[in-house]
Amino acid sequence: MLKKKFTAIALGLTLSASSLLASASAEPASAGAAAAAKINDPAKGWDTLWYHVIRDISIIGVLFALVTAWFIWQSRRRPGNEVGASPKLSAASAVGWTVIPIFVFLSIDLYTAANGWVLWNHYRDVPAQRMEVKLESGMYSWDYTYANGVRTQNELIVPAGTPVVLRMTSRDTLHSHYIPDFRVKEDSMPGRVTYLWFNPEKPGEHIVTCAEYCGVMHGYMAGRVIVKAPEEYAAWMQQEETKLAAANAPAVAEAPAEVAKPAAKATKKI
Amino acid sequence: MNLKEWIFTTDHKRVGVLYLIGSIAAFGIAGIMALLMRAELSTLGPTITSNPATYNVWLYTHGAVMILGFQIPALTGFFANYCIPLMIGAKDVAFPRVNALSVWLFYVGVILACLTFFLPDPPDVMWTGYPPYSIMTTGNTAMYSFTVLILGFASIIGGVNFLTTVAYMRAPGLTLNKLNIFVWCTLAAFVLQLIFVPVLGTAVTLISMDKYLGTHFFDPAAGGDVLTYQNLFWFYSHPAVYVIFLPFIGVVYEIITAHSKNMVFNYKMVVYGGVGGIVALSGVVWVHHLYVSGMADWLRIGQMITTLMISIPVGLMMIGLIGTLYKGSIAFTTPMLYALGVVFLFLIGGLTGVPLALPSLTIGVSDTYYVVGHFHYVMAVAGTFAIFGGVYHWFPKVTGKMYNEFWGKLGFWLTFIGVNITFWIMMDVGVKGMPRRYYDYAHFPQFESAHQWMTVGAAILGVGFALAVLNWIMGAINGKKALDNPWGSPSLEWSTVSPPPHGNWPTPPSVSEDWHPYGFKKD
Repeated sequence: MLKKKFTAIALGLTLSASSLLASASAEPASAGAAAAAKINDPAKGWDTLWYHVIRDISIIGVLFALVTAWFIWQSRRRPGNEVGASPKLSAASAVGWTVIPIFVFLSIDLYTAANGWVLWNHYRDVPAQRMEVKLESGMYSWDYTYANGVRTQNELIVPAGTPVVLRMTSRDTLHSHYIPDFRVKEDSMPGRVTYLWFNPEKPGEHIVTCAEYCGVMHGYMAGRVIVKAPEEYAAWMQQEETKLAAANAPAVAEAPAEVAKPAAKATKKI
Repeated sequence: MNLKEWIFTTDHKRVGVLYLIGSIAAFGIAGIMALLMRAELSTLGPTITSNPATYNVWLYTHGAVMILGFQIPALTGFFANYCIPLMIGAKDVAFPRVNALSVWLFYVGVILACLTFFLPDPPDVMWTGYPPYSIMTTGNTAMYSFTVLILGFASIIGGVNFLTTVAYMRAPGLTLNKLNIFVWCTLAAFVLQLIFVPVLGTAVTLISMDKYLGTHFFDPAAGGDVLTYQNLFWFYSHPAVYVIFLPFIGVVYEIITAHSKNMVFNYKMVVYGGVGGIVALSGVVWVHHLYVSGMADWLRIGQMITTLMISIPVGLMMIGLIGTLYKGSIAFTTPMLYALGVVFLFLIGGLTGVPLALPSLTIGVSDTYYVVGHFHYVMAVAGTFAIFGGVYHWFPKVTGKMYNEFWGKLGFWLTFIGVNITFWIMMDVGVKGMPRRYYDYAHFPQFESAHQWMTVGAAILGVGFALAVLNWIMGAINGKKALDNPWGSPSLEWSTVSPPPHGNWPTPPSVSEDWHPYGFKKD
């Protein structure tokens, strides 16, 4: 009991110290506790950008649809309007009707691209203070290996408040580790290591589901991300470590090699 | 009517009709697959089959047959064959026997695709056929490869044929700036087919070699790379979207000009900006299908910009379409309803594609129902509406008879309503996290009622499409006799009798200086 508490406190201290250090090195100008937790959470960025893009395309779509509907109504065939009478464009207006739309569309494109790019960088730039977990996907399970060799299947247990990076590979075919709640997915495949990261803030449970067709049972390939409070997580990890040590104890010679194997395989490919 | 005459025909119009019959049959089969899938998904857990493998075969057949057996052959087979020689005032295509070969190959391909149901191990690789699954599966991937190769080959020889035809067999006086928009669009589509089909052929051949001959192109354990296939596949299959889009928007242009009796708005912008721009960009946007596949970051960012830029030529083509409506004289005939339907469906489909051009937003919705809803709006349903509208539009020319307007319009409204119910809800549940290609949604029980609404929508649109096909059959058998030029169009295909005889015109037409296919006059 005492030991558990001690680990939790130690973990908490390490975490806060490392986050302070990280913030100090990254943003020397904005000192203070608030800045310590400064993480560009892609899930939040996704929601904001999604809202903006959907709003913009809705405006464009409604404008086009209204103009179209108005033209259709105005130009319906009726007595006195038996044949079309569209004005003949002069060369200048023909060019104008081409070049101006091109620049309007291009500017919207570049504006959208810039916003998309910023968010993309948040998705790809992994925070310095983080927890690394290896994932090997297979038909049909998600197998996680923690840095200390603890393994879980279909359940990724993480502490709240620490960004988690998954280094992913696959032992058979393509899979895609999709966590809808964190707005994140990336394919895993044999022969390459891909990564994704997410920022679990509050304790809770989140569905993990496979988003790349992987065979007959593709629709059932699901797991969970379980976010625990840091103390609970530490307690759980302590328990798993003990179990792992117990399991490895009889075969001391074999154990380290076995634990190290997936790690070695993964790092080689990077 | 002599069956042998039809099978061994070299007449471009009969080849076209054979393409139409084959592709509508393929549409029926693939459509039934879609309805079976919707029925399966109408409740949580097993509904009409307890075997997910069966569902996966339906899904494979639906995708592969709709694209390779229905849309591409209907657009570049039926419409191109029937209309291009008539529109340019030619007696036939340049190589009539090659044309006959292409329709034979098409039938072989469709029959191969349909053998899926009679094989012990049907292919279950989806229409994309990604390795390593397509190599590991016990399903018959060779069927997939051969279907793709045969249909691709049919398409390539069709392409050679039509490029030659348009280059050398135009009527005297018919300059390039007087070609119908449809002819321009189809030519561009064939250029894309000629450039990109060989890449797809390579990809599926390598898959079969890996599976059956023991090579290791896609096997990382032996130095291969699984991503190579995805690159090769989408290097073809994104341009393939334009192979469908260009002819179908061309058909829509023909319908909208003829039924609003109006000149195309800014013809040169549409042809050189729109069609030309799409051809120019089509080969450098494929990575947006691989935004979550583990591609290099710089490629994902680079092709984000090219993908967004596709909005420019497509936007110009939309401006051309909507501008053509301005000060027109719109008759709300059945083909016109379908064409106007395409304008609205394509607007929704095109704009919902904007988030999918950004790798960052795609991370949230890739491989979900959002993508499925989006591409059904933009390509599948918009394309099918254009095909149905086009068949109605040229129905008097092809059969010499009229279809029934009442049943035609009823069919249109049913499909239009059904489509919007099904695919709008589909996009919505996709954003909320429903992944695609799921036999069951056991861990997303909250979507059950949405799935039921989608099934209702699918049933409505199924009835609508069936009504349209029945309407054609009834019209072809005992419709009223049609005029030679019921829409009052100056385009050349309407200048001959309906149906046109072998050789199309007693004396080949020539066009005068002031003639234009869209130069409508008061009659």
